[in-house]
Amino acid sequence: MTRVRISDDAVAVACGADEVSSAFAAAGASVERVSSWGMHWLEPLVEIDGIGFGPVSAADVGAILAGSCDKRIGLIAEHSFIARQQRLTFARAGKTRPLSLDDYAATGGWAGLTRARSLAPQALIDEVTGSGLRGRGGAGFPAGIKWQTVANAAGARKYVVCNADEGDSGTFADRMLMEGDPFQLIEGMAIAAHAVGADRGYIYVRSEYPHAIAKLTAAIKLAAPRIAPFGIEVRVGAGAYVCGEETSMLNSIEGKRGEVRAKPPLPALEGLFGCPTVVNNVLTFAAIPHILIEGGAALYDSHGVARSKGTMPIQLAGNIKHGGLYETAFGITLNELVHDIGGGTASGRPVKAVQVGGPLGAYIHPDRFDIPFDYEAYTVADALIGHGGIVVFDDTADMGHMARFAMQFCAAESCGKCTPCRIGSVRGVELIDRIRGQGSAAPDAVSRLPQMHNAAKQAPTREANLQLLEDLCETMKGASLCALGGFTPYPVLSALKHWPEDFS
Amino acid sequence: MIRDAQLEAIFAAFRGTEGPLLPILHEVQHAFGCVDAEAERSIAHELNLSRAEVHGVVSFYHDFTPASDLRPCIELCRAEACQARGVEALVPATEEAAGTRVKLKTVYCLGLCSVGPAARVGERVYARLDSAALIKLVHSV
Repeated sequence: MTRVRISDDAVAVACGADEVSSAFAAAGASVERVSSWGMHWLEPLVEIDGIGFGPVSAADVGAILAGSCDKRIGLIAEHSFIARQQRLTFARAGKTRPLSLDDYAATGGWAGLTRARSLAPQALIDEVTGSGLRGRGGAGFPAGIKWQTVANAAGARKYVVCNADEGDSGTFADRMLMEGDPFQLIEGMAIAAHAVGADRGYIYVRSEYPHAIAKLTAAIKLAAPRIAPFGIEVRVGAGAYVCGEETSMLNSIEGKRGEVRAKPPLPALEGLFGCPTVVNNVLTFAAIPHILIEGGAALYDSHGVARSKGTMPIQLAGNIKHGGLYETAFGITLNELVHDIGGGTASGRPVKAVQVGGPLGAYIHPDRFDIPFDYEAYTVADALIGHGGIVVFDDTADMGHMARFAMQFCAAESCGKCTPCRIGSVRGVELIDRIRGQGSAAPDAVSRLPQMHNAAKQAPTREANLQLLEDLCETMKGASLCALGGFTPYPVLSALKHWPEDFS
Repeated sequence: MIRDAQLEAIFAAFRGTEGPLLPILHEVQHAFGCVDAEAERSIAHELNLSRAEVHGVVSFYHDFTPASDLRPCIELCRAEACQARGVEALVPATEEAAGTRVKLKTVYCLGLCSVGPAARVGERVYARLDSAALIKLVHSV
């Protein structure tokens, strides 16, 4: 009987993988649902004896089984998109059944945890620090130093919390990992728990990811005996983007409004329920099991450049021909990612801009596609890597509209705690409208009142409005409590700088 | 009375849970289609919180609604990646097809950013939507 492997990842399912699976089963094949290889333009991707076919619809099933299908792409593992990657975190992608403990153990699963538990917590933390692993959520804080802080903190109870509130547009690596290799995340969290002395953990997943929630819940149940006495619970978000910010997420788990907390105190010292708490992103925890195997830390450290060590699961999204997950060592350029690997735009039109790092990331002009993918190099270029999402736009994109959208998104999702974010974003939308000649230019009724001595009596000039927008952005950058208000200026200012013609 | 029993069953399931408010609100929203003032009062009583505290949390999150809406709901992603793939051009015709019968809700990101425009109906997700596919989806719910 022909054995067919088809992904059950949400991307594959959304593209019709369930229908294709049923068609293969009806045709007498044995179907195995595995994780996704991450070649999303080929989903639903069908694998038979290592050979791939995609994108497949139910109508192609007969031809594939008869050996006459023209959607054959050859050996998947040798496909240029896969062969060029350096997959550590996503080493199992496409190869294992997500909820199979046997598959997980057969591919090196639990080796990291077993070895970690044989080590003293301090030795374990030293290895994580030595690997150079930095938090993959966006801020890039060294994971080992954070763990050390929690380990040193005094507290009767400590927590390990996984931030799986992947709200950035253009990012899906957390979702793919939770749906495709949930045991790896659980193992990473259990290692962290051993390192800092925690016995409870939470995974905070956004409600927009029902497939990930289901997989995680099932995986935690299956893995419970393995990770005991450590226990993990899934907490579901409720549609607030700002809960991806760590302190806001902690408030949300505690059952409060998802408002940002002022730091200090750091969550590492006073986190969940006031206890010392490790908060890391899904990809950070998922990188841990590899680092903890014998020699893993040195191997991890050998990848990457300067202070950006290891591999980054980069997500190619938006208007790109070959979208999907591309895990590689730091240092790769956008030229390679967008053109060589991504194949340019899906629409076939020229690339106009790329947004790296989600809704709070800068828009990067094709002139600067040679910046290496590295935390520090991006900071110098007034951009950020964030969670590693890359959204490509073709020349039909209106960057003035995208700048307005950034402010509008910030206004909609602001938690309301700090003024620059709550009010600045609303004023930002109005200002961009005025600059683009779409809002009311004349002073309003209140400004015209005789007692409003300092209000402008004439409409401000375009130059004055542009200056005001830059001032507003500076204020938001410097005075916001968290990255939502603090980073919204990046897309706005970068759009204004590189595409001023879109603001008239 | 049935409602009270349902609420009590939800509360009982979370006694002993740390920070039980969000899980309770999800269950209430799921069971009744909303978290209304009456439910807020019961939850506040159960958790020894003020009604204002509970209302503050309910009104903060997009997922909880004060009144139930029985219409079928399509959640359409209109975040940057789906915009780059042309979702905005699909909106006017989709809104027209939806009319008042179908609720068209904007969400920011379903994590299907490489195969957008994307939408979700309940637990089902849809990708690579063009105008025809999206309007067909509207008519099918």
